[in-house]
Formats: sequence, C-alpha cells, structure tokens
Amino acid sequence: MRDHPLIQLTLSQLRGFYREPEAVFWVFGFPILLAFALGIAFRSRGAEALQVGVVAGAGDSAVVAMLGGSRHLAVQRLAPDEGQRRLASGRVALLVVPGDPVTLRYDSTRTESRLAVLEVADALQRAAGRRDPVAVQEQRVTERGSRYIDFLIPGLLGMNLMGSGMWGVGFAVVSARTKKLLKRFLATPMRRSHYLFSFMLSRLLFLVIEVATLVGFGWLVFDVGVRGSIATLVLLSVLGSLAFSGIGLLVASRAKTVEAVSGLMNLVMLPMWVLSGTFFSYARFPDAIQPVVRALPLTALNDALRGVMVDGAALGALAGPVAIVAGWGIASFVVGLKVFRWG
Amino acid sequence: MSAAEVRGTDAVAIRCRGLVKRYGDVTAVAGLDLTIARGECFGLLGPNGAGKTTTVEILEGLTAADAGDVEVLGARWGRGTDRALRERLGIQLQETQLADKLTVAETVQLFRSFYRDSHSVDEVLDTVQLQEKRGAWVGKLSGGQKQRLAVACALVSRPDLLFLDEPTTGLDPQSRRQLWDVIVRFRTGGGTVLLTTHYMEEAERLCDRVAIVDHGRVIALGSPRELVASLGAAHVVEVATADATALAPLEGALAALPGVRGVRLAAGRASLTVAEVHRAVPALLALLAERGAELSDLATHHATLEDVFVALTGRHLRDA
Repeated sequence: MRDHPLIQLTLSQLRGFYREPEAVFWVFGFPILLAFALGIAFRSRGAEALQVGVVAGAGDSAVVAMLGGSRHLAVQRLAPDEGQRRLASGRVALLVVPGDPVTLRYDSTRTESRLAVLEVADALQRAAGRRDPVAVQEQRVTERGSRYIDFLIPGLLGMNLMGSGMWGVGFAVVSARTKKLLKRFLATPMRRSHYLFSFMLSRLLFLVIEVATLVGFGWLVFDVGVRGSIATLVLLSVLGSLAFSGIGLLVASRAKTVEAVSGLMNLVMLPMWVLSGTFFSYARFPDAIQPVVRALPLTALNDALRGVMVDGAALGALAGPVAIVAGWGIASFVVGLKVFRWG
Repeated sequence: MSAAEVRGTDAVAIRCRGLVKRYGDVTAVAGLDLTIARGECFGLLGPNGAGKTTTVEILEGLTAADAGDVEVLGARWGRGTDRALRERLGIQLQETQLADKLTVAETVQLFRSFYRDSHSVDEVLDTVQLQEKRGAWVGKLSGGQKQRLAVACALVSRPDLLFLDEPTTGLDPQSRRQLWDVIVRFRTGGGTVLLTTHYMEEAERLCDRVAIVDHGRVIALGSPRELVASLGAAHVVEVATADATALAPLEGALAALPGVRGVRLAAGRASLTVAEVHRAVPALLALLAERGAELSDLATHHATLEDVFVALTGRHLRDA
C-alpha cells in the first residue's frame, strides 16, 4: 500500500512542503500574524470621547461649562488660529465659536465630526433647559459576531485557502517542470492522473492543519466562534481548497519558469485580495462592478465561510456561492489538464 | 505486436531509420539510422549540439520525430503499449534535477513505486554505492553522488535497456570511474546500454560500438578499435614551432616523412598520424633542424576517437 505511486507522490509533495520553512511560514504563520495584528488594531473599544475645541473669546467659559456635562465630549479652550489648525488636521472633530447664534464649525464628510455636532447641539440645548417630550432608555450590548475580528477571520481563512491552494500546486508544478522532473516522470510508467491527484491529496492533508490553526487561533485569542456546523465549515474549506488548486493548476499549466508563474499567480490573486471582501466588505464597491465582484471565486468562498461562521447558515442556504466556487474549480481543472505542458 | 516485431525482439534492442527532428529552422537530427543489438553497450559520441540528446529522447518516446521509424525492444511508441514498454526501460535524462528536499532513499522509493517489478531501495543503493547517503537530502549531495542517484532511479525498474545521456559530464575522474563501474555491472547482468558522451575515453572504455554523430547525422560507426584503425595509424605526433608560421610551408615535407599517414595543420601546430613513432620522430626532428625551425612543443599519444573525430570534421569534440 505504501508503495502505491499515489501515496509515494503525495508523500513527496508533503515532504517538499514541510521541509521548506518559508512555505510553512507563509501558509501557517503569516495568516495568524495578520489576524493577530488586525485583531489588535481594530479591537472593539468603548467609543472614545470626541475631541471638541472652544474658540477663546467672549462667552467661552459658559460654553465650556455647558459642554462639560456630556461624558462623550472632551472639551478644550483654544486660541482662534490654533483651533483652526487643529480642526484642519483632524485633532479636533469640531470647533465651537461662542456667540449668538453659537457657530459649530466642522467638516461634514467626517463621520466623527457629524457625531460631534449631534452631541454638542444636544449638550447645549439640554444645558439651556430643553425638556424632551419622549422618554428614551438606552440599553448597551456587545454582540459576538458583529466585531471586526468576526468578519476578518473567515476572510483570512478564504484568502489562505486561495493562497496555499494556488501556490501549493502552481509552484510545485512549475519547479518540477523547470527541473525537467516532469519529463523524468513521463519517462516512467507513472500515470499522469496520479501525479495531478497527488497534489489534491496533499492539499487536503494540509488543509486540516490550516483550518484548525486559523479557526483555533480566532477562537482562543479573540473568542471568534463558529455558529454553524463544523462539518459545513470543513466541507466548504475542502471545496475552496480544491477549487483554488484547480485554478493553480490552470495558471501553472504552461508556465516555463518560476518567475513567470509567480507573475501570473499575483495577477490572478491580487484583484481578489482587494475586491473579494477579505479585509472589508465588498459592498463598498460601486453597484456597476458588483456582479463581477460577486462572480469571483474568493468572494463566493468568503461569503460562504462567513455564512457558516458568523450567520450559522446551513449548507443549503449557501448553494449560490458554493456553486460559483465549484464552477471555477471544475472549469479550471478541466482546461488546465487540456493545455498542460509536461515536457 | 506483429510477428515481425516479435522476431525483432530476439536480437535487436533499438532500430531507427531516417530519423528527422527540426526545431524551427534548426535541424537537430537529419536522417539518422541506428541498430543496437541486445546486450550491447552502444555509444553516441559527438560534440554538444550534435543531436545526441534529441535522438535519445526520440528513442525514449519523450519527443516526437518529424520523420522516421523507431522500434524499441520490438515495440513502437504511441501504439497503446507505451506503459508496458516503459516498464522495461531505465532512463537518465541529461538535465533532470531531482527534488532537493527529498532524501536519497525517498527519491528511489518514489521512482520504484512507478514500476510493477523493481529492485528494492537497498539493492539499488548498494549497486550505485550510495548506501551511506540514504538519509541525506538530494540537495546536499555532490555532483557525482547526484548522478549516481539519477542512475539508481533508472536502474530501480530492473530495465532491459538503459539510456544514459551524458551521465559523467562535469564529474571528477573518480566519480566518473565509479559510474563506469555501475554501467559495467549492469552489462554483466545482460542489460543493453545506450550512452551519449563527449568523452572519447569513456566511449573507448565502455562501448562495444560507437556512432560518431555530427550535425544530426552518423558520420562514422564501428567499434572504438575499428574507428581508430580507420585512421591508418595508431599514433599521433603533435608538434609546434617557436615561429608559428614555420610549419605551414612544410606540409608536403611532413607528409613525406617515413611512417606518416596524415598531416593536419591548425593554429601553428601540426598533427601527424603516424604508424611508426620510432621512425617518424627522428626524421621529423631532422627536417625541422634542416629548415632551421625551432621546436617549441613535441608530444605523441596513441590515436583515440578524438583523433577520429578531428580527422572526420577538422574540429575537436569539446570545442566543436
């Protein structure tokens, strides 16, 4: 059994990978570092107090006193030119010019400035004796699943499946071709299908480790859970990995040098890193390109992974993205095999 | 397989007729014929770019010929018997670099898994004397060890026919002799070898017959002894004078010296093929003294295949 060519080929793929420390880092270490750095940078904090400046002059003390009652505002008195500078550089969200009427100077394109307008106006009116006709009660909650890290981990998982699937197959195929190892294999009775299938098998073995490390890391460090079933997550990961292996095979099917395949890989992957909603929602892109964005395999995979991890969706509910990922995989594999250059 | 092909398997290992291969405007193989007998060690000798590798890769079924007919162990490529034929071949390619991050034993085991009937890893590592390196990564091996490993991967299939494409190029003399031993042992077991090389010493040492190939054609064929004998003289005397122009006017006089069968002048040196060195050299020295030409170099050696190549093409094998 151990002497079956498929097993020996798969073993040689695995050995070639784990004996290459750089490859191990990029597949396992890098996504975790990225998740850690982004998780820290965008961790959910209590909303910070908004920085508000009051221009020094007649009546400034009264305004400062009126605003002092709000715990959402950090108020400081500033000389007029200094206040203007701080507003321009964003160090204060809003500048209050005392007088009648009180002038609120701010940049309306900045979200925190518009928040400051509401807070400042509210604080001034209340301090001046406004009474609210409707009683309002606030209830604060922190939902798991709504944080940035909850959005990020499935995206990183998708990106990782793409990267390792494509590099794992593409790099190995092209380097074997450059070293004339493919030709040497052809000179034996080896079945070509065994060679190609061994990539799929070795990918699947690594996949288990990849998914477990990243999901486990998210869970242990940032308490990112999987709302849907683990089985669905595993199934999606397998599908994604195989699909991107197929795309990797297509990209590597004719390339003659490692440089050429590196360029092609980046050409294929770079647009998806940006467009496919790994680090931020692809809803930010204009409507006109949404159909294109949604048709990309990484977009579909990320959607499906977020579906199961964040929304707890069942496999049936993810039929759309699953079909897109599978379609890309099958089409790439078929075309890749057709045009594959062995010699 | 037809009856004729089956009969062909009795004595003939490889037969090819009118082989042609072009790459764009370049004709790599220009109508090449070969017949190699079972149990024979056959050498394709020629300079780089002569078409040796292309010829071998066509015979190995890795490259398609533009024209010509190839029969290997009684079978033809592309007739549905390729896999069965490959089971019987052992192939070492000139340019293959085996995976650096696999160990010697893992590499042999991988190749072994492709064959139905094969040697064990230990057997084949013993044969090529790499047993002590079995756990070492391929990337850490010396050039000679890598070549022996490549040959081990070719031998693991228990081949009837072994193809070796410049197996000793770039190796030091000791590594070369170690590989020669491996080839000799394989032949002792009844195997057929087709070997390409541009070392005439290697061809003389190992091959029963040699085809000298130049510009994609066989320009001479025979045993190394026959080919050397075709020069008509067993020795070569090389002579140079202090004044590089002194020899050219002497060509006729040199040819007329006793025992001299041929004269070749190149770059201020004369190369004489000589039947009897003891008669030719004193006469040569007397001639030069008489003409007042000062000798700067004089050397004699037994005629080799290199001299045959030079006589046929006017070029040396290595700088051709």
